[in-house]
Formats: sequence, structure tokens, C-alpha cells
Amino acid sequence: MPDAMEVSFVVNAGAVQVTTHPMARLLDVLRTTLHLTGTKEGCGEGECGACGVLLDGRLVNSCLVPIGQVNGSSVTTIEGVASGEQLHAVQQAFIDCGGAQCGICTPGMVLAAAALLDLNPSPSLDQIRIGLAGNLCRCTGYMRIFEAVVTAMRIKPAS
Amino acid sequence: MRSWLAQYEMRSASDLGEALDLLSRWPGEWTPFAGGTDLMVLLEAGKLPRRRFVDLWRINELRGIAASADSVRIGALATYTDLLTDPIIAAEFPLVAAAARETGAVAIQNRGTVGGNIANASPAADLPPALLVYGAALELASSRGRRHVAYESFHFGYKRMDLAADELIVGVTLPRERRAQGERGAGWQHRETYRKVGTRRAQAISKICFAASVDLDGGVVRDIRIALGSVAPTVVRARSAEESVRNQPIGSQTIAAARLALRADISPIDDIRSTADYRLRVAGNLLEELLS
Repeated sequence: MPDAMEVSFVVNAGAVQVTTHPMARLLDVLRTTLHLTGTKEGCGEGECGACGVLLDGRLVNSCLVPIGQVNGSSVTTIEGVASGEQLHAVQQAFIDCGGAQCGICTPGMVLAAAALLDLNPSPSLDQIRIGLAGNLCRCTGYMRIFEAVVTAMRIKPAS
Repeated sequence: MRSWLAQYEMRSASDLGEALDLLSRWPGEWTPFAGGTDLMVLLEAGKLPRRRFVDLWRINELRGIAASADSVRIGALATYTDLLTDPIIAAEFPLVAAAARETGAVAIQNRGTVGGNIANASPAADLPPALLVYGAALELASSRGRRHVAYESFHFGYKRMDLAADELIVGVTLPRERRAQGERGAGWQHRETYRKVGTRRAQAISKICFAASVDLDGGVVRDIRIALGSVAPTVVRARSAEESVRNQPIGSQTIAAARLALRADISPIDDIRSTADYRLRVAGNLLEELLS
């Protein structure tokens, strides 16, 4: 590749180094290079939120982030949300409330919910809707997802 | 179809001087790249026409929102989230805050930038109408120096703007002096309205975007500023509509005159998101709502 660069960053608390084109999508580096296939590709144009990850703690669509801009940053994917065997409160609540059906939107939805609760530990239903507005789900009709976020918020404050 | 990455080149600029140097040495060759929320969409679709990009993301001097006594300066790399969390923007420029809230959703707001939104020059962009209402000025830099241009005269055709090939948008300045006009007589009323009309509440591209501020004195229109998106080749200030109601008492006659005058300000078209008829009617309705 004529324009390959070395990119060093942290994924789920582990340092990684990849050699790739700086405009490769963070999404492709995660899935193809690092085999972290929990992050899904939905629309590929920033509309659906399925590829959501946290970049330096902030929710982003990994399909819209060129890897060159990730150099020196820290990424959290769905694989890094749980602490060992202990699921994140949002993950547990999605299971308990039936917040997942086909599962394609779920990783992004969980990260969006976790990011929301990090910023605002007790959001109103309206704030939950706004926090998840960029994440499309074609199965659930959203109500169980919103219920899961409310449940997660009650289980414990976001870590 | 996905683009073939090897035909693209991206160089990360570590400071503004380096970015401007690249832009000036090969004018028109390098395209500034900020948060990527527009350009990465084109890349994935195989529709990114430019080949060489200068990544601005690391240039800290383009970040931040700073207030002085008479203005607020928004760095070109300020994101929508930065706008949403800034207390002065919230208190004094509610239309800017509203626009930031209505743009995309959280993940886009965390990455999309003010400078990128302006340079992308979409007539459907949500932030520009708010900037027009507040009389924003743009700060443009090149290795030749800096200049300021009124935002209202910046866009002059579809995706055409007063920006030389070696120039970069580095900041947006919003004057604060208007903010002090709140203290007037008892009959004085100040209104600001921001309305985005899209297919759904979040994550939609506008069919129409409307931003306005109006000062009424005993029911008579004094200062009025109206700007719209998605109804012309560029975002537009509705000067004719403003003129038609200035110093007029609000009421059905004034509203009718304003609706008529608005037709001279906008030139909506049929496209994938809406129709000319719908846009014209809703633009008039939003104007009527403002003046009711």
C-alpha cells in the first residue's frame, strides 16, 4: 500500500499497533485486522449507529472514523464493556428486559446507552430517547430497549 | 461501491502552519479533512472525488470556544457537542445550541465540526441558518495572512464559496452586542425560533430548516432576522420577508405580506427529501408561526 502508516492505539485496555492506510475505517480495522467482530456494520454512512464504539470515552460511528485519527487514542468496543465475567449493567439489563432481538443493533445500542449513563447517571425517558436517537433498531420497536436503559440506571450508576 | 483506498492520500498536519503550507504549495490539490462525517460517507460510497486530504484533527489551535467582551469565537474544529456544552452558547446563542442538538445524533455531534459543516456547503445544513441570524463572520487563514468575511456573503452558489484554494476556515465569530438589546421598555419582546423539519426527529437531513430572531415593541416588529436552509442553492437570509414586516404591527395583513415577500427570498426545488410546493408552504407557515 503506497500510503500505509503505523497506527498505535488502545483497544479495550490493550495496546495495539496496525499498519494500514490512514483513511481505512476504524470499523474495518476493528473487525478485519483485530478480529473484534462484535462491532457491526449497518448502513456504512453514519445513519444507523450499529458500528458505535467509544473513542476516548465518546460515542462515535466507527464507519466514519479514519484510522489515522485514532493514533494515540483509546477505543472501547462491545468486547471491552464487561469486566471479565461481570456484565456491564446495561448488558445485563438488555438481557433481563429483552432489549435485543436479531442483535445487529445491540452492540452499538449498548455502547450508546453506556455513554449516556456515563454522562448522565439518571436520564429522563426523553434524554434516553435523545441519547439513543442515532441507533436504529428494526426489531424491538425500542420500548424494551428504553426499558433496559431505565433498568440499568436503577441497577447501579454507570461505571 | 467502496473506494479503493490506495488512490487516496491523507497527511496529518500537526499544526496550522503545516496545514496552510500544504494548501498553499499545491493550491487545490489538498482538501482539508476534519471530523469526517461527510467525507467518510462519500469514501464508502465510492463517490469521494478529491484524492489528497490534509487531516486537521490534531490541530489544537483550531479547537475551543472563547468569549471576549464583544464576541464569541468558535474554533473551526469545535464539534456540535462542544457547542452543546458551552454555557455562553446556551445562554446567548440558543439558535446555535438548537441547531447543534438537531444535527445528526450523539455520535455525529461528537465528530462533526463547525468548520467542516460550513465548508461542506450543503444547502440543507442545520447550523448555517443559526449563524446567519446572529450575523456571524468567518475567519479565513492562508499562508498569505488572515481575513474576515461576513458569513452572509460567503456562499454564493451551490457549493460555491468565497474561499481561495489555499485558504482554510479557522474560526467563526458571533457578535455579542445584540445580546444586550434584551433590556428595553416594558412593551419590548424578544423571540428566537429554530425549527428543523425532517422526516423524523433525529438523524434526518432537513426538508426545511428555519432560524429567526425578532424584536417586537408593543407588537410592532423592530429588529428581525430570518434565515432558512434547504430552500435555495445556499442557506439564505430572508431579507425581503424581513423588510416587509419591519416597523409593521404583527397581524394577519403583515403575515400575508411576509409570506408573499418570502417567495422572493427562496427558490425551493423538488428533490429526494421533499417538493418545492411543500417547502414553500411550510416556510411560510414557519414565518407565520414566528409572527403570531
